[in-house]
Amino acid sequence: MNMLIAFTVGVLFATGVFCLLRRCLMRLIIGLVLLGQAANLLVFSAGGVKTGVPSLIPEGSMTPPPGAADPLPQALVLTAIVIGFGLTVFAITLIHRARATSGNDDVDAFNETDRL
Amino acid sequence: MTLFWPVLLIAFASLLAAFVRLPGQWKALWAVFPGAAFAWVVLSWPAVVGEGELMASIAWFEQLGATVDLRLDAYGGLMAGLVTGVGTLIIVYAAGYMEGQPGGSRLISMLLIFMAAMLGIVIADNLVLLFVFWELTSITSYLLVGFNHEKEDARKKALQALLVTGTGGLALLAGMVLLALEAGSWQISEILQRGDLVTASPYLPGIIVLILLGAFTKSAQFPFHFWLPNAMAAPTPVSAFLHSATMVKAGVFILGRFSPIFNGSEWWHGPVVVAGLVTLLVGAILGLFQTDLKKILAYTTLAVLGMLTMLIGFGSDLALKSMLVFLIGHALYKAALFMVAGGIDHGTGTRDVWKLGGLSAVMPFTMVAGALAAFSKAGFPPFLGFIGKEYVYKTGTSLDTLAPIFTGAMLLGNMLIFALALKVGWYPFWSKGKEAMLEGHPHEGGWMMWLPPLVLAVLGLVFGFIPVWTGDTLVLPALSEITGKSMHEHLALWHGITLPLILSLVTFVGGVLFYRAREFFWRKHDRVESSPKVEHAYDRLLVGMVKFAKRQTQAIQGGSLSRYMFIVVGATALLLLWKFVRFDGWPELTWEGRLAPIPVIACIWTMVGAIVAAVAKRRLIALLAMGVVGLGITVLFVNFGAPDLAITQLLVDGLTVVLLLLVIYRLPPIKAEANRWIIRADAALSVFFGMLIAALTLSAMQLHVVERVGETLAQMSYAEAYGRNVVNVILVDFRALDTFGEIIVLAIAAIGVTALLAASKERSSDED
Repeated sequence: MNMLIAFTVGVLFATGVFCLLRRCLMRLIIGLVLLGQAANLLVFSAGGVKTGVPSLIPEGSMTPPPGAADPLPQALVLTAIVIGFGLTVFAITLIHRARATSGNDDVDAFNETDRL
Repeated sequence: MTLFWPVLLIAFASLLAAFVRLPGQWKALWAVFPGAAFAWVVLSWPAVVGEGELMASIAWFEQLGATVDLRLDAYGGLMAGLVTGVGTLIIVYAAGYMEGQPGGSRLISMLLIFMAAMLGIVIADNLVLLFVFWELTSITSYLLVGFNHEKEDARKKALQALLVTGTGGLALLAGMVLLALEAGSWQISEILQRGDLVTASPYLPGIIVLILLGAFTKSAQFPFHFWLPNAMAAPTPVSAFLHSATMVKAGVFILGRFSPIFNGSEWWHGPVVVAGLVTLLVGAILGLFQTDLKKILAYTTLAVLGMLTMLIGFGSDLALKSMLVFLIGHALYKAALFMVAGGIDHGTGTRDVWKLGGLSAVMPFTMVAGALAAFSKAGFPPFLGFIGKEYVYKTGTSLDTLAPIFTGAMLLGNMLIFALALKVGWYPFWSKGKEAMLEGHPHEGGWMMWLPPLVLAVLGLVFGFIPVWTGDTLVLPALSEITGKSMHEHLALWHGITLPLILSLVTFVGGVLFYRAREFFWRKHDRVESSPKVEHAYDRLLVGMVKFAKRQTQAIQGGSLSRYMFIVVGATALLLLWKFVRFDGWPELTWEGRLAPIPVIACIWTMVGAIVAAVAKRRLIALLAMGVVGLGITVLFVNFGAPDLAITQLLVDGLTVVLLLLVIYRLPPIKAEANRWIIRADAALSVFFGMLIAALTLSAMQLHVVERVGETLAQMSYAEAYGRNVVNVILVDFRALDTFGEIIVLAIAAIGVTALLAASKERSSDED
């Protein structure tokens, strides 16, 4: 199972990077989202994955049942998902504005600051 | 510890002068501070000569060998006396010079901070400290040359001085680091005692060449001489102080300081003598053609600096003695002549020799100061300048090799210096028939403008009158310091009828002839100025550097975001590859755990979705594929015991897709990229990067950490925080601050989105 998950993370990174290397604004957003999900999955699975019981403490017990999933990566990934969403929404708006202002959706055309 | 306060006092005065604006002539009061430092140097002199040195030290970066070591010996003390003594007079003069003009306080404040740095150079006993002060003088020189910063010319020349001396400063730093490593100490007095360690080092040529580069740029030796005449763009008090009496002597000073170590090395004598000789001749000859009083003085300064350097290069006791006498004499008369030139400029509004003449009647005090200083510079007995010249000739005639050539060069140099001295100190006052050419009413400046040069010029006369005292009190202790031997031979004005005396007479005759032929040279001024110069090479170098920087930037930062991304991702991939190959090795390829159907399907589903999202040509399909990826990951989360994540992921995924659907129709359709090779290269890099990340993930999974933080948190979850959902407890309790940060990020993103949308609404309503 581990290898399949790792391979999935690899594919997500590869497609995300490929999208980011494109010059079209729409692909840029897709790349951003894919990369975010790739990173989340990487953090989530980095400690090893078990087909698991959620880390919930049953009534009358003080600790989660044995074999429960590691809660820490989950907490980290939860934060990351939410922040990733904030980033995506901001990027969508920014790109929308950039397109409206410049009338162009080619990122290589936004190079005024780098022109000599 | 008393060694610290003169520097601190002057630095403090500089700070004070920047904020406390004294009116008009009252600015001369700032001279009290350097005056006090001068008094301290004078009062410590008996102790310095008696004990050989005064030392003080406080810790700084001890681990780096950098301590604030100060040491006042007779050689540094002589320079310290010049810096503070001439400095005191310069401040008074500057107060008079700047009266009625804006920026007087600024000028005085900067002169004072320069003075503190210069004083630091001559009493620093640590190489790092010396370098810090050295650079500080370069920077203050930059500010002072560019004092009239509204003029483009002044800015350009200030930058030139800074670049030339700053580049040399870097060479000096490298040389000093090598020196310290070879000698095993950063303390100058210790290094001087370990000279044999340095001379035995294989790096000796490098050390010498680097230190020489620093000294030659600072002291304007050929071929770095061109910045000094250009630095005359500075106000006259600055030229008098920095560019004649003190800063340009810093290079000569450290040459003398390190000469006990390098004396005897073939790498030392040749370069130093040749640079000095060429600078002497270039400065003196080019000076003949100058028609601006300050430029004339600048070129004679070059000539004198060349002479001093050449004498250090000879390295004999006699040569070093001549150097010291010449140096003291020069500091006195050159600063005085600069102040006289400034006084003339102030009184008549011009420094052009074609217009000046007959000022003796209207500027009597300045005339006296000018005449005395010029006589010392020309080398009339009994001025100190005469003694200096006698000793120079004595050195020249007693050389073992090439004595006629060097003596001849000295003779020519001195003749020209003689002629140039009279042009500045005599000609403007006594030449006839030009009174009518001056506009307005030429007038004498206030006492603050003529007293300081007069004091210096008179000192040049007094010191010359009492050569034995001058020699025993000032020259010999300093000489003992740089030769490392105790020196006792008195200085004398009269040596009998000897070859040097005859050479002096020849100098007078030749000097008078050159002086009388002055107009012949002045008429050629424009032609000489437009001929090829070293400065042009500097200009071309500067232009070339800017061009190179432009090309380089265009190549690396050409404005293509996708290319930047390619470089960043590619570099990261290479780093990862290096990590695997060099350190960790590759992870084992094993299928751990059972292959259950649901996660396998979810993984394949996710991968297919991602690939479709990346290559689909239609926007809607790409977008839906992106949503599919989110769903796949949601399933994985559920399967591996993370229901909270699954819920959040589902929500976020849905919202993102909906939001994009709203925007998508405002975006143009995806265009296929024209260049197939770019797509292939991008795809190759992406696949390569993805494989590395997969390997990274796998090796992370195979890393078995014994104790998991998560388990501790799970045990504390109910016991301490009374929560049954451990993930939630971690988020809102154990890592609450983190979650608070997350909320802030979201709030900022929301504000950003709102602002962007509001701006676009405003815009569209404007267009309507």
